Amino acid sequence: MKIHIRNGRLIDPGTGMDAILDVFVVSGKILAVGEPPAAFQPDNIIEADGLVVCPGLVDMSVRLREPGLEYMATLESEMNAAVAGGVTSFACPPDTDPPLDEPGLVEMLKHRAKNLNQAHVYPVGALTQGLLGEHLTEMAELRDAGCVVFGQPDGMIANLRILMQAMQYASTFGFSVWLSPQDMNLAHEGVAHDGEVATRLGLPVIPVCAETIAISNIILLAKVVDVHIHLCRISSAEGLAMVRAAKQQGLSITCDVSINHLHLSDMDIDYFDANCHIIPPLRNISDRNALRNALWDGTIDAICSDHAPVDEDAKLLPFGQAETGATGVELLLPLTLKYGMEMKRPLVEVLAVITNKPAAVLGIDAGHLTPGASADLCIFDPETYWKVTAGALLSQGKNTPFMGMEVPGKVRYTLINGNIVYQS
Amino acid sequence: MINRNPQLNKHRKLQHLLTTEGLPVEILLQILDTAETFVGVTERDVKKVPLLRGKSIFNLFFEPSTRTRTTFEIAAKRLSADVFNLNIAVSAQSKGETLLDTVNNLAAMDADMFVVRHSQSGAAHLIAKHARPGIHVINAGDGRHAHPTQALLDMFTIRRFKREFHNLRVAIVGDILHSRVARSQIHALTTLGVPEVRVIAPKTLLPSKVERLGVHVFHDMRSGLKDVDVLMMLRLQKERMQGAYLPSPEEYFKNYGLTPEKLSMARPDAIVMHPGPMNRGVEIDSSVADGGQSVILPQVTFGIAIRMAVMSILAGQQV
Repeated sequence: MKIHIRNGRLIDPGTGMDAILDVFVVSGKILAVGEPPAAFQPDNIIEADGLVVCPGLVDMSVRLREPGLEYMATLESEMNAAVAGGVTSFACPPDTDPPLDEPGLVEMLKHRAKNLNQAHVYPVGALTQGLLGEHLTEMAELRDAGCVVFGQPDGMIANLRILMQAMQYASTFGFSVWLSPQDMNLAHEGVAHDGEVATRLGLPVIPVCAETIAISNIILLAKVVDVHIHLCRISSAEGLAMVRAAKQQGLSITCDVSINHLHLSDMDIDYFDANCHIIPPLRNISDRNALRNALWDGTIDAICSDHAPVDEDAKLLPFGQAETGATGVELLLPLTLKYGMEMKRPLVEVLAVITNKPAAVLGIDAGHLTPGASADLCIFDPETYWKVTAGALLSQGKNTPFMGMEVPGKVRYTLINGNIVYQS
Repeated sequence: MINRNPQLNKHRKLQHLLTTEGLPVEILLQILDTAETFVGVTERDVKKVPLLRGKSIFNLFFEPSTRTRTTFEIAAKRLSADVFNLNIAVSAQSKGETLLDTVNNLAAMDADMFVVRHSQSGAAHLIAKHARPGIHVINAGDGRHAHPTQALLDMFTIRRFKREFHNLRVAIVGDILHSRVARSQIHALTTLGVPEVRVIAPKTLLPSKVERLGVHVFHDMRSGLKDVDVLMMLRLQKERMQGAYLPSPEEYFKNYGLTPEKLSMARPDAIVMHPGPMNRGVEIDSSVADGGQSVILPQVTFGIAIRMAVMSILAGQQV
């Protein structure tokens, strides 16, 4: 299959390219950009006038809810949602049931995902068995099964000796360790940021120090153990300052932020909106503003959707009992564009944090348009706004604080390995 | 996205009573004034008025409570309503039925009003949001969030004994952190124009940024009680008396228990209130609880009038 993508605004954040250029795809790869290669006869021409052509998005956290949590969502529904959102590669955290702590589970997931011929799935292996923070997993075996990094998504391992040894073991094989910086004793049964809103609503709290103490411990351990650390979902200004300082000291550390935390604060909980029950909790406006600024000085490496589809019943509960998380893989592009516009940043810079930069953190060859690269592309209309409704989302999860909002950026085509896997 | 106040309908009339926060002062006063008319009823030989005849009121108690449930039941019966008590903690929920399923099933039995008590903050809001139009929800206590009828009966008591709100100094003493009563009292007091509301507690029992609710924070009871007109004591839950919030009930009593000596710091005509049930010898000394400045029993009496007032206003039936 030869495809000619004509007259699009080509943006390749890795090189800083932003120009009206054609793209030529052959056998699943990008053959050339700009001038047509000699004797190029396309089978298919995509007219991209007025559209942006960029690398397919790379999302650091998409929950497929398989195995075990199919009542929330299925592999099929969420894989469809991903390509509808222009996402062509993503990491899926190991917080399934059972967790991704055995090679067989990972192989099954990779196999099922591959059969759907959609986005590339990169499982995050569980750092400890059952994610219980007690015994290490067979990381090398899990790597052979398809895990690219190892993580502990539900907050910090309480026993720091075990965490240190997990870091050492992972680093033996050159694996990155992905941690969610939240001290579980301080977080306890908290459901909201420790501030005026939680005080008013009488919600149990998760103080900022649950994050900063965890970050501090992680940084101190990472100084001893030579391992790459990725911090998932930073939520506070103080936490950011610590990451910034660690980076300045030359520590091998990266971090991401969820699209929810870039746009929302605890004020959005309003009268107990369970869609705002998100972990780490939405913090106050000054935290949110610090997060919004930290993408431009390089403190934050990537934006992710932190996609967490939840069945409707699980959110129709009092705030504290409602399942945490928000659906988001289809909102990653629109909400990142909205954020970029609000911050008045050039598109090429904005797209970097959802393409080449997360690809670099994941250590995968994706998120760029270099000739020879896999033709994983997102082609979207930046001018079209659409309304977030249950019907507009392909994800089985309809749980989002952005429900009813008009958002910019409509994906027109998603290509994976040169195949058009989504079109609207 | 800030919603309009979910307690008010589009004509700005009360459709649910969920919290005292954000209630317009006119509505607070309307409830207090209506309750005045019912105090007379409760003192009559025949204690019934036919205002809510034919109405069905369901007491949905997802958390056990005898006192509050009983006062709501008495209030409803004095208004001639049909009352149904459901102790859901031991029925449907243990069979896996969700909160909203339970509520919808009851709504299908032609309920007019739900009185809801639940251990989770926001439960009453959730029910109000999803109940079919025409059903009124009264929050009888949700988690740490709100207990508006308790706060209203406290306001009623204060007005009875102090007449005005605008010249008062009020202190709320005890476990503010976990207290729905305290939160509802604070909002009601500030809305009614009390110029100085104090909270007195050890730091482990205060929520952060509590001063943003418009209160002054004290950790020392003697200085906190200086010259106050009204003392509102809070109940200390047993499980918090010894552990990581407090070392022991004895030490708590020593520092925060209301004794005659500490009470003497307040104005001589200060009144002492408590939402009950009291832990004598923990948050309050018996001699104070039973003493001349205590208005704890009148609070209970007024509680029925307040709940009658709220129910009749919600049903659109006032004397």
